[in-house]
Amino acid sequence: MDFKLTEREELLRKTMREFAEKEIPPLMDAMEETGEFPVDLLKKMGDIGILGVITPPEYGGNGLGNLARVIVLEEMGRVCPAIPMALQVHHMATHALHAFGNEEQKKKYLPPLAKGETMGVVAVTDPSGGSDVAGIKTSAKLEGDKFILNGRKCFITNAHVSNIWVVIARTGEGGKGLSAFIVEKNFSGAKLGRKENKVGLRGAITGELVFQNCEVPQTNLLGHEGDGMNIAIRNIVETGRPGMASVALGILNAVLEQAVKFANERILYGKPISNLQMIQSHLADIYADLEISRLLVYRVGWMRDQNIRCDAESALAKQFACEAAARSARKAIEIHGSYGIMKEYPVQRLLRDALVTIPAGGTGEIAKLVMARQALTMFK
Amino acid sequence: MRIIVCLKPVPDPKYWSRLRLDSKTKTLIRDGIPSIINPLDKNALEAALQLQEKEGGEVIILSMAPLFCLNILREALAMGGDRAVLLSDKVFAGSDTLATSYILSEGVKKIGPFDLILCGNQTIDGWTGHVGPQLSEFLGIEGIGWVRMIEAFHFDQNAMGRSKKGSVIVRRNLDHGYIRIKAPMPVLLSVVKDINTPRYTTFAGILEAEKKEIQILSASDLKIDPSQVGLTGSPTKMADLFMPEMRRRKEIIQEKPEAASRLIIEKIHQRGLI
Repeated sequence: MDFKLTEREELLRKTMREFAEKEIPPLMDAMEETGEFPVDLLKKMGDIGILGVITPPEYGGNGLGNLARVIVLEEMGRVCPAIPMALQVHHMATHALHAFGNEEQKKKYLPPLAKGETMGVVAVTDPSGGSDVAGIKTSAKLEGDKFILNGRKCFITNAHVSNIWVVIARTGEGGKGLSAFIVEKNFSGAKLGRKENKVGLRGAITGELVFQNCEVPQTNLLGHEGDGMNIAIRNIVETGRPGMASVALGILNAVLEQAVKFANERILYGKPISNLQMIQSHLADIYADLEISRLLVYRVGWMRDQNIRCDAESALAKQFACEAAARSARKAIEIHGSYGIMKEYPVQRLLRDALVTIPAGGTGEIAKLVMARQALTMFK
Repeated sequence: MRIIVCLKPVPDPKYWSRLRLDSKTKTLIRDGIPSIINPLDKNALEAALQLQEKEGGEVIILSMAPLFCLNILREALAMGGDRAVLLSDKVFAGSDTLATSYILSEGVKKIGPFDLILCGNQTIDGWTGHVGPQLSEFLGIEGIGWVRMIEAFHFDQNAMGRSKKGSVIVRRNLDHGYIRIKAPMPVLLSVVKDINTPRYTTFAGILEAEKKEIQILSASDLKIDPSQVGLTGSPTKMADLFMPEMRRRKEIIQEKPEAASRLIIEKIHQRGLI
């Protein structure tokens, strides 16, 4: 077992850190204020290869893979977790298109996504719920050579900054009656709904997609009719959960850094508070959460690169890292005392950001169901 | 055009607070401190890559460093550049700027004919700015420091062979403004930060760099006399090296306000501060 990163991965981390530290901080105040995604960053990220990290070179990406993606999201998240939130959903779209698209669809839709001409979207959640995939009501009816979509998708990351949407809609009855479609923003009847106002991960846009007799060419059916449930679940398991876990991992990096810096700088009783064992206990907890999360998340990246199925491991990494990010951010606030709840200090934002990771990409409870299912089969 | 870019791995300033001094040997203890490409050397590499995009030719990265700095050369190759040459030998350890420049000059000779050498004007660790000028002296070519712009090249159309004969016009920074200098090629230019903004390494660049060659040359490959390099071959002798102690001088005056203010003004006058 080799825990050492390769020279390539180390260089990737260094590159990402340099990019994130230089490019993102000047944008963050506006992101917090307006909740808008900084679209100018898109082209720069595309040029470097961030957007096409899991897309193979023949479709305009660089194909560095899933562990590389974890490192990219972690490093971005260390500086500003809203950016990797947007990126991780973008990667989900590229994964869905690559894993389930036909050659024509891949050639048409992957290169603009990998190059940063637009962000990608995966839209599963209906207003009726996200985890209850089988309960999706958004409908698609074949009329001639077009599917006509009607319905509404909510809590969709990147909704208002994307031209290419992967949408799950109902073409028949029950779980097998779901299908996936590639919808372009300019298709007739495709509309943007409201923009949500989130407490955290501001700067990653969350909004609604609305379909009013939206005309989707039959050729834009992703996979086969009835594949929708499988596409949605595989996409969440293989890309969505590891992605959310990576965002949380980025937050944990920032939390430990902020906590240690403050503990070393803040003088009480004539000494830095880092000398106090109560503070050290908090720091040890945060450190443990960071290290454990990293091992879990990196393992999932590695397993995906080896083509090993990792449903339970992916759920575990997501559930653990997101919870760890939230509880560690709270501890960092406690280390800061009253400074921790002031907007001048980043720890309050990190807690807000961490809270948003918990329901995103599948709730913690759903992740636990997956883990329990795995545990229950182990000693049958 | 054939361009050689000199590049030095230096300790990452983010971790300088972790640097310790060995009080006996008067050297820095760099263990556990990651290295980065000296920032101005990145500007030199960027300048070389921009010239290559315009003029074509080859960019070769040259460095004298321990073997564990191979990753730094790989990073430079990921940014761009065609191949790298690392001069590495235990006998090089402890070389001062003169010995380093001598070793680098032998490396340049091994590489063969060139049109341009680009260096950072100084490093963030040593900050001497010696190596560029000394290297040009060892090679017997013109060297220009504080270059903030490479304006134009003029090539002799009749020139034969791999290296075109010609001249370059550059802008050299002065305290206020700049001067334009025309120099014959081959020439060595030491660049300052104003010259450009180095590009980011791309993921595609990282993958390409894995296929690029890094040639490692030892003292014997370069036919270098060990007595002229390393600690023994270096005329610079470190008299002392210490961490500066930053402390505010303070004096407490315990008088009534009027007397105290008079005393304070007197002390300010004594120190010639007004």
